Amino acid sequence: MSTAVRDQSGLRTGTMAQALNLALRDAMRADKTVHVLGEDVGALGGVFRITDGLTAEFGPDRCLDTPLAEAGILGTAVGMAMYGLRPVVEMQFDAFAYPALEQLFSHVAKMRNRTAGKLPLPITVRIPYGGGIGGVEHHSDASEAYYAHTPGLHVVTPATVADAYGLLRESIASDDPVVFLEPKRLYWGKAEWDPAAAVEPIGRAVLRRPGRSAVLVTYGPSLPVCLEAAEAAKAEGWDLAVLDLRTLVPFDEATACEVVRSLGRAVVVHESAGFGGAGAEIAARLTEKCFHHLAAPVLRVTGFDVPYPPPMLEHHHLPGVDRILDAVARLQWEE
Amino acid sequence: MTVLDHRNDPVAAVPGWRPGATAPRTDPAPLLPDPEPHRALGTAAADAADPELLRELYRRLVAGRRYNQQATTLTKQGRLAVYPASTGQEACQVAAALALRPQDWLFPSYRDTLAVVARGVDPLQALTLLRGDAHTGYDPRATRTAPLCTPLATQVPHAVGLAHAARLAGDDTVALALLGDGGTSEGDFHEGLNFAAVLHAPVVFLVQNNGYAISVPLTRQSAAPTLAHKAVGYGMPGRLVDGNDALAVHQVLTEAVERARSGGGPTLVEALTYRLDAHTNADDATRYRQAEEVDAWRAHDPVRLLEDALRGRGLLDEQLAADAAEQAEQLAARMRAEFHADPELDPMSLFAHVYAEPTQQLREQAEQLAAELAAEAEAGSGGHSR
Repeated sequence: MSTAVRDQSGLRTGTMAQALNLALRDAMRADKTVHVLGEDVGALGGVFRITDGLTAEFGPDRCLDTPLAEAGILGTAVGMAMYGLRPVVEMQFDAFAYPALEQLFSHVAKMRNRTAGKLPLPITVRIPYGGGIGGVEHHSDASEAYYAHTPGLHVVTPATVADAYGLLRESIASDDPVVFLEPKRLYWGKAEWDPAAAVEPIGRAVLRRPGRSAVLVTYGPSLPVCLEAAEAAKAEGWDLAVLDLRTLVPFDEATACEVVRSLGRAVVVHESAGFGGAGAEIAARLTEKCFHHLAAPVLRVTGFDVPYPPPMLEHHHLPGVDRILDAVARLQWEE
Repeated sequence: MTVLDHRNDPVAAVPGWRPGATAPRTDPAPLLPDPEPHRALGTAAADAADPELLRELYRRLVAGRRYNQQATTLTKQGRLAVYPASTGQEACQVAAALALRPQDWLFPSYRDTLAVVARGVDPLQALTLLRGDAHTGYDPRATRTAPLCTPLATQVPHAVGLAHAARLAGDDTVALALLGDGGTSEGDFHEGLNFAAVLHAPVVFLVQNNGYAISVPLTRQSAAPTLAHKAVGYGMPGRLVDGNDALAVHQVLTEAVERARSGGGPTLVEALTYRLDAHTNADDATRYRQAEEVDAWRAHDPVRLLEDALRGRGLLDEQLAADAAEQAEQLAARMRAEFHADPELDPMSLFAHVYAEPTQQLREQAEQLAAELAAEAEAGSGGHSR
C-alpha cells in the first residue's frame, strides 16, 4: 500500500485502508498523546497495512510492536490511558480479539463508571471484522453483538471511505472507549473523498439511498450488499431506502424510527448470526417504537446461526441480494 | 531519541537472528532468586536498621492488625457486605505502602485495602467496594492508587502500561502491583510480566503467597520451584522474601522500586506469608486447612516478629507501645464512626458515569427509574408501588 499522505487538493481517490491510515497519521500529528500499539503494527505496517509508515514517521514509542498477547496489549493500553495517553489498539483479526475480552468488558468498558467519572479511558480498539475475504477459520467473525451488549463501550463501524477517516478521527478524540470495527472486505474499495470534509458524528445514522417502498437498515460490511439489493429491487417494482447506522452504540433510534414510520416496512440486514444479534435489538426497538406505523413485521436478514464456515462455503452463509429480496417480498404487500 | 531504543534496552540489544547465534540471550544466573527467602529481623540487618523506620513499621503493623479486626467486626454488624481480611499479611500491606513515594502508583487487589489505607486513603473511601455503596470510593488519580481489582491479575498489565507511559514521559514514577499466589496462574499475570520485561517498564510485582487461593493450596496451583522463579522466564530478577518480616519486605521492595526508578527494569517479588483468617467472612477455612498449620503460622505472626526485634534492640518502650495502641484505636474508632451511619445513596447515580454523555436510551431509562422512584415515594416509604 502506498503511504497515504494527505494532499492539499481536497477531493481525492483512495481506499478505506488508506483513509484509515491517514486518520491515524493525522491523529498522531495533531495529538502527541495518541499512541498506536498492536501486533506487527511497526515495520510491517499491520497485516492489512493500516499502520503503514507510522513507526517510520513517529518512532517505535508512538507506534509500538507488542508481544503477541491481546489481553496484555489492551491491559497495557488501560495503564497508558490511566497515565494520560490516548492509545489506539490494533487487534489483528476479529476472532483474535477474544483473549482481550476480559480487559475490555471488566475494565475498559467499566472504568469511568466504577471510578465515578474520575478515570475515563480514551482507548480506541480497532478490529478488522467480518467475512467475505476468503479467510480461513477464525479470520472472518462478525463480532459486533458482543461489544454492543456491553454498557460503557461505543461501537462504531464505517461502511464508506469518508466515514472510515472521519469516524476514526472522532473515535480517537472521544473520551469514551470505542470499539472500532473495520469491515475488512471493504478495505480495498476505492472512492472519491475529501479528508477535510466533515462527516456526520458518532451516533448518527445516514440515509445512503432514499426510497418509497421499504427501508433496509444495515451497517458496516452489509451496506454495499444492501445498496446492490436496492438497485436490483427496482426490477421488482420496489423502491428501497437504505439506512447506514454507522454506529451501533449509540444507536440512532430517532433517525431509524423516522424512516421506518414514514415507510412502514423495514428489513434489518447484517452478516453476523441472527440469534441474539444486533438486528434482534434493532428490530425489537423499531417494533416497539413504530408499531402503529408498520404494515408488516420488521424482518431480519442475517448470517445463519452457525460457526463461521470454511471460505469455500461462506457465500452460502453471508446475506446476499437474493436473501434480502426474499425478505422484502415477505413484507405483506397488498395484492 | 526514543525510549524504546535498542541501545538502551538490554532485551532489545540482541544481534540479528542468524544461524549459530549463542543462547541464552541473557545470563539467567543474576535473575534467580536466592534459595532462602530474605530475612532481616533477628539478623544483623535489624541491628543496623534505622530505629525510626522500625518504630514506624511497628505503629503501622499494630494499626493494620486492628484495621483487619475492625473491618471483620463491621461485616458481623452488617456494615460491610464482605471483607477479605489480610490478617497475617500486614507486613506485606504496610511495607508495600511505605516503599512508594507520592508520585508512584499502587495497583491493589481486593485483599489489599490495608495497603490502600496505609497509603493514606480514608478507610471509608477504601472500603466502599466492600460496603457495597460504590465500586471505588477514592480518586485514583489524586491518590495514585488504582481501583481495587477483583478479576484476578487483570491489574498487572495496567501497572505495566502506566509505568511504561511514565517512562515515555520521562517521569520519575514507579508502579507496584499487588496480587496473590492464585493470581500467578492467570494469563494476565504472564502477559503483564512479559510486557514489563520487554518494555523494560519501571514496575514491581509483589506476589503475597499466602499458601491458598481460597481453598486450593499452592501445590495445586503451581509446580514452579518458587513463584519468584517465574521471573527468570521473563528475563527479570525474582526475589524471595519472608513476607511476615516487615523489615525484610520493606528492604526488598525499596530495592526493587529503586531499581525500577533508576532504569533497571521490573522485578518480581514473592513474599511468603499466611492468611490467618478465612478467604472472607463468608468462607470456612476449617474445611481445607489444619489447625496445626494455622497455629504454626501464628507463632510466625508479623506483628510478634517485629515486637521481638524491637524488644531485642530495646526500642519497644512504654511510649512506643502506647503510641501504637492509641493510633490503632483511633483508626478503629474512626471506622466505627464512619460506618455507623448508612451511606447516602442516589439511585439516579446509576446513569451518571456510563459515558461522558448519556445516550438517548440511557436518558429514557433514567426517566423510567425516576418515575419508579416517584411512584414508590407516593406509595409511602417502604411500600410497594403496585
